[in-house]
Order: sequence, then structure tokens, then C-alpha cells
Amino acid sequence: MNWDVIFGVSLESLLNATMIAYALAAIGLNVHFGYTGLLNFGQSAFLGVAAYGLAMTVSTFDLPFWLGIVIGLVGAVLLALLLGIPTLRLRADYLAIVTIAAAEIVRLLFRSVTLSEWTGGSDGLQRFSDDFYSMNPYSKGLEIGVVNFDERELWVMTVGWLLIALSLLIVFLAMRSPWGRVIKAIREDEDAVRSLGKNVVSYKMQSLILGGVLGSLGGFIFALSRAAVQPDTYGTEFTFYMYTIVILGGAARVFGPVIGSMIFWVLLAFINALLPALISQGYIPTWIMTPIQAGAVGYILVGLGLVLLLIFRPQGIFGDKKEVMLDGR
Amino acid sequence: MADDITTVPPGVARAAEALKDVPHEPGAKKKDPILVADSVVRRFGGLTAVNVGHVEIQRGAITALIGPNGAGKTTFFNLLTGFDRPDEGKWEFNGKPLAGVAAHKVARQGMVRTFQLTKALSRLSVIDNMRLGGTGQKGERFWQSLIPAIWRGQEKEITERADELLARFKLDTKREDFAGSLSGGQRKLLEMARALMVQPDMVMLDEPMAGVNPALTQSLLGHVKSLREDGMTVLFVEHDMDMVRDISDWVIVMGQGSIIAEGTPDTVMADPRVIDAYLGAHHDGTQHDPEAVAEEVGEVAATDESAAPGGSGASADSAAPGDFAAPGGSGASGEVSGEKKAAGADE
Ligand SMILES: Nc1ncnc2c1ncn2[C@@H]1O[C@H](COP(=O)(O)OP(=O)(O)OP(=O)(O)O)[C@@H](O)[C@H]1O
Ligand SMILES: [Mg+2]
Repeated sequence: MNWDVIFGVSLESLLNATMIAYALAAIGLNVHFGYTGLLNFGQSAFLGVAAYGLAMTVSTFDLPFWLGIVIGLVGAVLLALLLGIPTLRLRADYLAIVTIAAAEIVRLLFRSVTLSEWTGGSDGLQRFSDDFYSMNPYSKGLEIGVVNFDERELWVMTVGWLLIALSLLIVFLAMRSPWGRVIKAIREDEDAVRSLGKNVVSYKMQSLILGGVLGSLGGFIFALSRAAVQPDTYGTEFTFYMYTIVILGGAARVFGPVIGSMIFWVLLAFINALLPALISQGYIPTWIMTPIQAGAVGYILVGLGLVLLLIFRPQGIFGDKKEVMLDGR
Repeated sequence: MADDITTVPPGVARAAEALKDVPHEPGAKKKDPILVADSVVRRFGGLTAVNVGHVEIQRGAITALIGPNGAGKTTFFNLLTGFDRPDEGKWEFNGKPLAGVAAHKVARQGMVRTFQLTKALSRLSVIDNMRLGGTGQKGERFWQSLIPAIWRGQEKEITERADELLARFKLDTKREDFAGSLSGGQRKLLEMARALMVQPDMVMLDEPMAGVNPALTQSLLGHVKSLREDGMTVLFVEHDMDMVRDISDWVIVMGQGSIIAEGTPDTVMADPRVIDAYLGAHHDGTQHDPEAVAEEVGEVAATDESAAPGGSGASADSAAPGDFAAPGGSGASGEVSGEKKAAGADE
């Protein structure tokens, strides 16, 4: 059995671009769900809009890379307004329903045949990341023991980690301020906050925009690291993994999403590398599972782990048990 | 309370003077009303929960809004403060029309309410609950919130004011605790203190004393009276008649959605219409002696106070307004209020 490879992939997923993209997405979702109590089930759409905003600007319309970034960000803000204006006045569950539907609509628009001239249909788009990689200061990759990144990966990771640092700083500063106090109070009881003269709808909108924009940063990293966008990556299960990550790390904790994303991806990478190895070595007979089935089993085990976590440590890794107990009153 | 007898505080004297010549009838005009409401109607399906023709609230006075369970007091509060929309009606606060104005704007205009079902913000600390009440906070704007230097000074002032109020309400020892860990009565206190952080012209308290222990009730009553001395207007809902008599300058009685009587505490409690509303229209009428009836009305409320949470009897919601309390107060357990139930469930 090749333990070097198994540990190599696992350790790499502590730091790599996929983990970063999910962490950024979850940082945004944590603003919505963890701090404000907004049930946004369409976070994947924010990543999709940003990724396609960038890809279409550069690849379809031949416009500059930075304009693509701006358009991606503006797209995320517009999506937040579009989702928020009709729903934020209503009860919390309406946002959940509308966001899950909106995310599907966004995905179906990206893959629709009618728009494929611009979006590339179900194949998606490529060739929009050249400008990004031409800024790469690294000329060679990095190899430390079993961990191995090439220079392109290193560049995405550098930018990604800077974005994580920036996002965490913003969330940290905002949430310890009076603004964050209003946001957290809205999570507890909107009417109480209204009775004290705060414009609750406006704050919820600000939260939706902030979390959406932070999530859109994850969309850029996700698209750039793959040098491609594909509509079906931005489906609802994307959002559910983000929820898993937020809860794993501990909702309403600044570092929770990053830790959550690391644990999620390390576990998944480890299991996904270990199981096929065990099968090929004959430790797991093929009547239990074939190497092809191992991938699905990996997700099942992660799901099982999450269920156990919710039972035995519902506050997540970082959460405060007292807070959760209060919540379950 | 000894001073009350020897010297009359200026606030009490002012309120008494203002209300001296006001006729004791529903919809009576006040000398200097802070709030004037006209034909406010709210229907829930076939039920007309509120149907108030005309009512005025005297500035600087403590006005009690009383009435049997289901009379529409809370609904009327909700309408006035923008938490519910009326089917008809308009009202003015400080001379400005308020109908259709959003709840948070009503609060900013200086009319702040508390809730019958207490709304403590559980996973915020007590002090953060208080700070939230501060108005015009620079740090509550997103971009400014990112730079602590902008809001730190103001935060300090707000915190000082919050600490003073917490001390007044005997919550200073709970300062850092989550509000969710407070008892039902402490939450009532916190909510009231938090409302005062807004520095309103008028506070509207929906059963502020329900679930608060008698010793603390006395000091709370003291606070409410001191608000009047500060020039604030207080409108409060309360079922305990002794308390109403103790602190209110004026009493407004609601029954089945309408204002059925108004006046000073003593005259109102002797009013046959009020007795009818409280005891049901079909009582035998032998108890029109004011003292006895007032006592009885108080007793009914007192039974309510002492009723064990989840105790015997139907819940308030299922009882028709007329038969909410049996005459004599003996079997009057029909009014374990929603608040009681909530407080019971919290333990
Ligand atoms: N949201 C609602 N939907 C339907 N009916 C309602 C609603 N809110 C209140 N009601 C009805 O309106 C009437 C007035 O209720 P309200 O809560 O205003 O009474 P109240 O005077 O505050 O009583 P209590 O002293 O028990 O608090 C009741 O008959 C109640 O059932
Ligand atoms: Mg009520």
C-alpha cells in the first residue's frame, strides 16, 4: 500500500484550491446562516454567477480579466438584491425556498441550449484564466515530503489564502462591532430588534450581500484553479457541502468555516485514497465494494461522521455548547 | 413609598393637574395628548379584535390599559407600534401621523414598546442586549463598523448608560451572562431596561410585571414612577388591579375590542361597565359596592398571579371574553396567560 500517496493527497487537501474555494463559500454562508440566521440554500448560485461573470467576460466577450472580476462581483451583489428584495420581508422559510429555486434556475440558465453561444452550454467555458496565470510569480512548484504542488497550484493557493485572510478579517471586524451586534440580534428575534428602531430588512439585505460577495470570491478561486467553468458544479449539493462545513467548524465562529473545510476535505481525500488502496490490496473483498463504488462510500462515511458529530458535538468543533443548548430551548 | 404620602412628586402633580378636568368617559379629550387615535379597526377573519373609536393619551402621565383576556390590548399595541396593520384607522404621535409607518420608524420617533411574550435576545449577553437599544450608533453602519476607532467612543457612552440602567433594574450581576440564561422575570426586566436605552418619549409596556416577584415588583413600580418624573409618558397593560391603582394616573378599559370606560383608577374600578366586562354581563349585580368589586377584580388578577404554570383550567386563548373568570374568583384559573406558559416552559 502506498501510504505516501494516501497521506500526500490528504495533506494537500488541507491547503489546496478546492478547500480554499469551499472555505470562502462557507465564510459567506456563515455570515448568512451562522450570524444572521438567514436560510440561504442558494449559496452555490453566488459562486456560479461570479465564476461565469469572469469566464464569460474574458472568454466569450474577449474583455480584460479585471473587468471580469468586477462583473463577477457586481453579479453577486445583483443576485443578492434579486433574492432579498422579494423575500426578506417575509418569514425566514421563504428565503430558503426562493434561494434553492433561484440557484437551480441559475444553473439551468448556464447550461441552457439557447444561451450556449455565450455560456458554452453544458460544456461550460475555458480559456479565461491566462491573464491570471501570467501574473504568477512562481517559476517552479513546491515539494515538501509527501506534499506536492506545481507552480500554478501555488499561485492560486497564494491568492486564495490571501482572500481567506481578508475575508476573515472583515468578518471578524464586522461581527465584533455594533453592526455585528444588530446582525446577531436579528438571528435571535427580528421583532425585538425592530422595536428598538433598527431597520431589520436593510440589515438582512446587507448580510445577504456581504455573504454573497465573500462566497463569490470562492467562485473565482474555484473557476481559476480548474481553468474552466461547468454549470453542473454549481448544483444544490455544492450548497449542502457548504452547510456541512459551516456546521462542522461551528456556526457563527470566525474561523469555523476554514477549519470545517479543512476537516471535510482531509477526511474525504483520505477515505477516497484509502478505500481503493485497501480494495486493490485485497483487504476489502470486492463483494463488499468495488473501487468504483469506493467514491460513493467515501461520501457515505463523511455523512455518517457528520451525523455523529451533530449528535455528540452539535456546536461543531469551535462552537460554544452553552449557546447551542440555549438555542435548543 | 413613604414620601408619596408626605410630599407629592412634581410628576404626579403635573399629571393630576392635566387630568383634573378630563371627563370620565370613553374617548375623552386630554389637555396635552401625546397620542391620538381615531377609528382604529383590526379584524381577524370574522372576529373584530380592535375597534377603537377615539382615544387620547395624556403626555407625561402613566396610563393603564386594562381589560379582560382577549380584549384586544396587545393587538392595539401592535397596531400603534407598526407591528400589525389595521383594516382602518389613523393615529398621531407627537402630532405626526403614524398609520402605515414601519415599526422601526415608530420606535425612532420615540414610541417604544415591550412585548407580552418577552423577547430577550437569548444568545447575546445581557449588556449587549442593552447596548443594542442605543440609537444613532455610528458603528451600526457596515463600512464604519470595520474601523473601531470611529465607534469606540460612542460605544463607551452607551455602555455607561446601559450599566446604570442595569444597576437600577438589579441586573448588573448578570451583565456578562447570555440573556437566554435569565429567568422569566429577569427577562421582563431586561426588556424594559433595553426599551429605555432608546430614550423614548413614550414607553408602552405589555404586562411588564407578569412573572416578576413581588419584592422586585415594588422597585419596578418605583422605576415606572421615576419615568414619569423624567417627563416620559407610560402606557402599560396590567391585570393586577392593585398595581394599576398604585401607579396609574389614568385608566383606559378595553372590552371586546372597544374602549368601554376611562377615568381615574378609583372611578373606573367602580364603573358597572367595567365590572360587567370583567365578570361577564350576567353576574347577579349584587356587588356594585365599589370597594368590594375593586377588591374582587384585584383578587381575580391575584389568583392569576399565583396560579401555577400549566395549572388547572382552560387556557386564556380558548376562553370567550365573557366567561374568562367566574364571579368570586374561586375557579378563576382560566387565565394562565401566554406569558406564564412561556415562563413555565423556560424553566
Ligand atoms: N394573529 C391573530 N390571529 C387571529 N386572532 C388573533 C390574532 N391575534 C389576536 N387575535 C384575537 O384577537 C383578540 C384580542 O387578542 P389580544 O391578544 O389583543 O388580547 P389581549 O387583550 O392582549 O389579551 P391578554 O390580556 O390575554 O393578553 C383575541 O380574541 C385573539 O384571539
Ligand atoms: Mg395581551
